[in-house]
Amino acid sequence: MPVQYEGIRPEHVAVRARAGMFDVSHMGEIETRGPGAEALLQRLLSNDVTRIAERGAQYSVLCRGDGGVLDDLFTYRLGPERFLTVTNAANHDKDLAWFQEHAGGFEAEVADAHADWAMVAVQGPEARAALEAVADGPLPARMRTAELALAGVDCLVCGTGYTGEDGAEVLMPPEGAVAVWDALAERGVTPAGLGARDTLRLEVCFHLYGNDLSEDRSPLEAGLGWCCKLDTGFIGSEALRAAEPRDTLVPFAFTGPGIPRAGNPVRTGAGNGTVTSGSFSPCLEKGIGMAYVPLGAAEPGTVVEVDVRGTPRAAEVAEKPLYRKTT
Amino acid sequence: MAASYPDDLKYHPEHDWARIEGDEATFGITWYAQDALGEVVFFDPPEVGTQISKDQVYAEVESVKAVSDVFAPLSGEIVAVNDGLADSPEKINHDPYGEGWMVRVRLSEPSELDSLLDVGAYKDLLGSGG
Repeated sequence: MPVQYEGIRPEHVAVRARAGMFDVSHMGEIETRGPGAEALLQRLLSNDVTRIAERGAQYSVLCRGDGGVLDDLFTYRLGPERFLTVTNAANHDKDLAWFQEHAGGFEAEVADAHADWAMVAVQGPEARAALEAVADGPLPARMRTAELALAGVDCLVCGTGYTGEDGAEVLMPPEGAVAVWDALAERGVTPAGLGARDTLRLEVCFHLYGNDLSEDRSPLEAGLGWCCKLDTGFIGSEALRAAEPRDTLVPFAFTGPGIPRAGNPVRTGAGNGTVTSGSFSPCLEKGIGMAYVPLGAAEPGTVVEVDVRGTPRAAEVAEKPLYRKTT
Repeated sequence: MAASYPDDLKYHPEHDWARIEGDEATFGITWYAQDALGEVVFFDPPEVGTQISKDQVYAEVESVKAVSDVFAPLSGEIVAVNDGLADSPEKINHDPYGEGWMVRVRLSEPSELDSLLDVGAYKDLLGSGG
């Protein structure tokens, strides 16, 4: 996927106002199947996997024994004993090895399915209509999946996304991807690149692994405690139960000029922090970001200072999401 | 908008231009530079009175995705900055040699002029891969 086609801002605006599509085929997939598949995933993933209904979807993190985050993932239950987990491209090999390493003792088979799937995210208020126009059946609801033919190509359509907009993520055999892409383009869906994907997700405060999540941070610090069901006994749950986080990830917005970037130091009344994601927000038209700050500086409205290459810039801790749709 | 490189400007290999007017000059970035950067969303000007040196960074321009340094084509003292860019930094894209000008400088080393490129030499530089 290119950083941009027409330009980050027009692509961003197209997704917020109409519909855009992202070729996210770089993302990996791991298929886990067998009578012990659910039990294996329950051990690996932080969320309660038994609560994924057939054709359902669930977000979770993959933790090390010490609670550090290896990846954040969506898992789809394709059948009673068959799951598909979508990985971040840079983590795919590491995740796959981790799955396989821990599969012993479970009646489950773990398979690398990266080469089997292309993936296109179709997002925006008009995304659903565009997809329906080329689909042979009704689209799945949010957080559900459906097997549908789009433009004659058999697809797995998932009611998920990374922009805060309505829409779907479409998995399909790679050889069918061009036909689906072209059919959606004919319906007026705007091709959008990695740049707009990043600004869109940042406006709604979705985490990006490698920026906001890492092996050095726990999901509790990252604000992902809601998807860590400690009672399920997943790897890392014991460490998280004992953890006493001192920092937390907060969204912030600049109250004056400047654009924050990842790595900028943050100064607060409670101690120092670090920006993990920063950009110009095309919708809010100001600098926005996310930063790890001490718990004492996490309250929305807290005034902080971001050091942008030596220039102090005024910022304020904000509520999630930074951008909220007004309809 | 098609690429354009006015004949009356002097060019610096870091894709900056200078319009010489007596002992002062106006600086900006070239069509090539703004096109490579994409839509400019923030321009951070230096303060009036700042001394700047040829080949050194005197300002930053930012697109949504990235920050770029702006290099001084000549040495001197900033006597004016384009305040209009604070609210409309996209002027750098739409009119890089006009409303997108960045600073006006009183030149301190007129002899440096000889080292700048004329339009033909700058186009040759772009043609050879920038």
